[in-house]
Amino acid sequence: MKIIIITTILFSTIIMMGSAFDKEPDFKKKDITTYEPAKKNRAESVKAFMEVYKVLMSPRCLNCHPAGDVPLQGDDSHLHAMTPQRAADGKGLYAMKCSNCHQPANTPGLHMPPGNPNWHLPPADMKMVFEGRTPHQLAKQLVDPKQNGNKTLEQLLEHAQDDLVKWGWEPGEGRTLPPLRYDEFVKAWTTWIEKGAYAPKAK
Amino acid sequence: MIQLTINKKSYNVEVDPDTPLLWVLRETLGLVGTKYGCGVAQCGACTVHLNGEAVRSCVTRVSRAAGQEVVTIEGLSENMDHPVQKAWLELDVAQCGYCQSGQIMSAVVLLRENKNPTDADIDAAMAGNICRCGTYLRIRDAIHLAAKMQ
Repeated sequence: MKIIIITTILFSTIIMMGSAFDKEPDFKKKDITTYEPAKKNRAESVKAFMEVYKVLMSPRCLNCHPAGDVPLQGDDSHLHAMTPQRAADGKGLYAMKCSNCHQPANTPGLHMPPGNPNWHLPPADMKMVFEGRTPHQLAKQLVDPKQNGNKTLEQLLEHAQDDLVKWGWEPGEGRTLPPLRYDEFVKAWTTWIEKGAYAPKAK
Repeated sequence: MIQLTINKKSYNVEVDPDTPLLWVLRETLGLVGTKYGCGVAQCGACTVHLNGEAVRSCVTRVSRAAGQEVVTIEGLSENMDHPVQKAWLELDVAQCGYCQSGQIMSAVVLLRENKNPTDADIDAAMAGNICRCGTYLRIRDAIHLAAKMQ
């Protein structure tokens, strides 16, 4: 009898876990100000964000979210050789547009130009700076549509699937990967937002 | 077979789609005005126009240029009378000349998008084209002159 009960509980738990995993998250509300996640939890949200923060501050993310108007380069995040400028649309200026060197895919070889069809910096009217931001500042910035590219929380969730974000985990030869695996990043990103998108306390 | 339009002329070339455009221009088609400098998109000597943009042909796969408009230094003008070419000759910009086709192709894009560039605009636009002879000041003067000529 005991075995039957334990088996039933285990089986039910597996079914429940499976159905929860398969269920689409309920992020119907477009207005960030009225968004009310069902599972708010400040501690879990902040803990997840601190994992997210490690990734966002890694060179693969940070280098294209500079404080200035010149992208950064390399694992030491030095100023990009040739100092290409952001320009209004974030895609470079005159003969120095990003796609002049950055191809639709990584160019093979050590430290050759990395590539993506949409290679760019954030635009000049919304620079989405990561460089120098504390965890508190960056979390606040990421959920503010006036600073995050007019994204709702739902769109922020989707942003983890963006091809240019995913490039961070396929950066080409000679570049270190972010400190979390991509699936770990997505999990932390999703947890941070689903649990309330809280910002760590300012220090 | 890859179809290319270079300097308004159509070519069909039998090359690996991953071949750098620069190789096809120089080795397959004999258009040697475009130079090989670094091969890693750092010097600008290989600059050509792809749909009007100053791409580095050493890292541009020929497949990216298929069916697109490519212009090289040979096709910039019929009689070397493009304002930028005229200004370059007028001020005798070139020293060894190796980088100059790339410099000119970049300058043309700058002047198309900014008819009257400042020194700062020129420096920003031309920062991807290196000249070991150090002709930068003459390049800057020639771009100002070309701006007046056009």
